[in-house]
Amino acid sequence: MEKEHLYQYIVGIADNNLVLGQRLGELCGHGPSLETDIALTNIALDLFGQTRSYYQYAAQLSAQHQTEDDVAFLRKEREYRNVLLVEQPNTHFGHVIARQFLFDVFHYLFLEQLLHSKDDTLAAIAAKAIKEVSYHKRFSSDWVKRLGDGTEESHQKMQEGISNLWRYTNELFEMTAYENEAVKAGIGIALSELKQNYYKEVNHILEEATLSVPESPYFQKGGKEGIHTEHMGYLLADLQYMQRTYPNMNW
Amino acid sequence: MKKDWPLWEVFVRSKNGLEHRHFGSLHAADAEMALENARDVYTRRNEGVSIWVVESKYITASNPADNGELFEPAKDKVYRHPTFYHLPDEVKHM
Repeated sequence: MEKEHLYQYIVGIADNNLVLGQRLGELCGHGPSLETDIALTNIALDLFGQTRSYYQYAAQLSAQHQTEDDVAFLRKEREYRNVLLVEQPNTHFGHVIARQFLFDVFHYLFLEQLLHSKDDTLAAIAAKAIKEVSYHKRFSSDWVKRLGDGTEESHQKMQEGISNLWRYTNELFEMTAYENEAVKAGIGIALSELKQNYYKEVNHILEEATLSVPESPYFQKGGKEGIHTEHMGYLLADLQYMQRTYPNMNW
Repeated sequence: MKKDWPLWEVFVRSKNGLEHRHFGSLHAADAEMALENARDVYTRRNEGVSIWVVESKYITASNPADNGELFEPAKDKVYRHPTFYHLPDEVKHM
């Protein structure tokens, strides 16, 4: 597989982690309780750690001698290729948990396959990440069940989160040109093959949580092609502020 | 939310072979959540290999007002420490 295309493939994976991590980071100091606040920011840090590994690898492959910071902070909105799901705003705790849960189930299935990638670096990143994501999934599914099967209000808010974000789930399995190429090279994951298990697992937990599986007449997509929802610009303005204002700044 | 959650005491074993030590407390709705919260609050810097949680209400504590009768009588009884034995040089690691 051509280096430039592999670069694009890796960045496509990493952007999901970066953007979801940024969303969770916004909750630092604002979680509903000290304990959940720390848990959510822990998850954010796990995601950033994984993102760094991907971006460092991508930066090595880039023709323009980029650093991981260039990749993370200096692209334009259309060049980020995260799914729309992860950029959705925090709104309320029901949304935060729904977004996390709907992504975690996918993320785990994805990493399970990435372990077998012919690309040794990607397989090694997956091996480290899957333990973290296994916990993320446990945390978010537990909360889906707690809130869904909790009080009337928590049930209603959890259902609201799931119902509002459901339309973004199908995009998780959309394949871009780079992804198809990576699959052919034995490096990438055929996402469509994860779909059945994904909905099976998600539906099972929703059922346990006494929540109803939304029936969405249509699904939204575009993030993976760089076409984002209106929330993305604001998120990037926050995320990129330091590097844009003080170019090349370092810790 | 938090005001409804009971308080839990957290004990963490930092290494295999060592005992669990009291690390602090936290709020959680039930034991399972207490374990997850303890993992996130107290072991995220690689502090532990095992966690115990127990709801604080199950701990019976001594009353500070009783400290006089409970602890002071032991203060002047240094002979209860095994410090008066002469250790032969051959005995190491004591």
